[in-house]
Amino acid sequence: MNTPATLRAATPAPDPPWALLAELTHGCPLRCAYCSNPMELTDRRAELSADQWADVLRQAADLGVVQTHLSGGEPLLRRDLAEIVAAADSAGIHTQLVTSGVGLHRERLARLVDAGLRSVQLSVQHPDPRAAERIAGARAFTAKERAASLVRSAGLPLGLNAVLHRANLDALDDFVELGLSWGADRVELANTQFYGWALRNREALLPDRAQVARARARVERWRERLAGRMELVWVAPDYVDGVAKPCMGGWGAVSLTVAPDGTVLPCPAAAALLGRDAPNVRDHRLDWIWRHSDAFTRYRGEAWMSDTCRGCELRTADFGGCRCQAYALTGDAARTDPACHRSPDHGLVRALVDGAAARTKEGEPPAYAYRTHAP
Amino acid sequence: MSAQDAVRDAEPYAVPDRHAARDAVRDPWRPALTRSVLLRHDRVRGVDLLVLPERVVVLRGAAGSIVARCDGEREVAGIVAELARLHPDAPVAEEVPVFLERLRAEGWLR
Ligand SMILES: C[S@@+](CC[C@H](N)C(=O)[O-])C[C@H]1O[C@@H](n2cnc3c(N)ncnc32)[C@H](O)[C@@H]1O
Ligand code: SF4
Ligand code: SF4
Repeated sequence: MNTPATLRAATPAPDPPWALLAELTHGCPLRCAYCSNPMELTDRRAELSADQWADVLRQAADLGVVQTHLSGGEPLLRRDLAEIVAAADSAGIHTQLVTSGVGLHRERLARLVDAGLRSVQLSVQHPDPRAAERIAGARAFTAKERAASLVRSAGLPLGLNAVLHRANLDALDDFVELGLSWGADRVELANTQFYGWALRNREALLPDRAQVARARARVERWRERLAGRMELVWVAPDYVDGVAKPCMGGWGAVSLTVAPDGTVLPCPAAAALLGRDAPNVRDHRLDWIWRHSDAFTRYRGEAWMSDTCRGCELRTADFGGCRCQAYALTGDAARTDPACHRSPDHGLVRALVDGAAARTKEGEPPAYAYRTHAP
Repeated sequence: MSAQDAVRDAEPYAVPDRHAARDAVRDPWRPALTRSVLLRHDRVRGVDLLVLPERVVVLRGAAGSIVARCDGEREVAGIVAELARLHPDAPVAEEVPVFLERLRAEGWLR
């Protein structure tokens, strides 16, 4: 799978990255069935220290990164989170905390704000606390409600992130109402992307076409009613739509992900595809990783594309879809994303979505395999 | 994962005339960036940026030097006067207040 040296030499220098997703830990008190974290969770003892994160963030700033999402796992499990926020801020990087809300107390938030935190994105499993508990495998609704109110009273912008699937798409109206009553600036309605634990739970999560159509119609109605009062973002369900997503804005084009142990990835799901080929900040400078590592250069540009994509006018808009998905579904990361209706492998995805309709008729979907706790 | 990377441009001198320039005497607004917005010079790309939770706005032309004066101390009239001294030939008095209003409407200035 190595790019020939001649090809690599001919590849122009990439534009600098804008954003860095920092997965500070894979530890988490919740066990969401839809979690996109990898099934092989990083051992907490292998995590980068706060000093190492500070160094990574400085390197990232030098490379052109201006924005970081501090995520995980649950980033609030890191006691040294405020130090990491401060390091990002002093490197000139804008910080957003991406959190389940569990562990966000008043003093904690005050310390993070002092350190330079600028925004919080809070995930919600379901607008109904009991249903949320079934999806998360843990009780967290009250903590989220409190977290939302703390963030608002600290004057930080608040985004809600709702990962949508079979068990909550019909609650779409209530998600939006929840956003309004919690004072959110923005609600992200993100249809489940099937990586990690979500891929494992795909049968239980995948909605049928009719359910998605109902939810989409509601989003349109809300957009008219809200008229910009609160931002609504709909992250499309690529399986159901049959449309490949412009994954990450292109491979190694806009942002990079650093996993808890310092592994650097073009996207959080790419560990599965890259395996041992994934570079690590413990071994290489970020600059070299971004510009020259095989992991980042492999699917840049169009040379790697299959004939299906290379002859398609949409390739400059969606970059041929998601490499991780092509790998997960066909075993070959360079194939056209099977979510795309033009892919020769799209039958795989269509069969899965047809299966979802059959499961709706039968009633009970399969039980969840809850995410485990990081070792 | 959210598409956190929509990069948008803000052109200070290409603004629809939606808000008429305010009367700076009746309205001593002292503009300041809201908490979530970071103004910075990007030394890697050689441009000024507004960085927000889910997007980055590239400030073209004089936009960066206008926003840099929004410190919550200066009034709009003061900002206009300073810029008019620096750029005597630019239509500062007409365009700067409109530009600031537009950033306020976006929620980036308060
Ligand atoms: C992996 S979580 C880690 C942060 C934190 N534990 C949380 O859940 O908010 C990062 C973000 O991805 C979202 N997410 C998790 N699994 C997803 C999936 N399968 N598809 C799309 N988004 C997902 C979460 O809702 C959250 O906003
Ligand atoms: S999605 Fe759920 S299980 Fe996964 S890291 Fe976030 S809160 Fe934890
Ligand atoms: S064939 Fe490739 S480039 Fe064309 S729409 Fe499908 S994934 Fe995108």
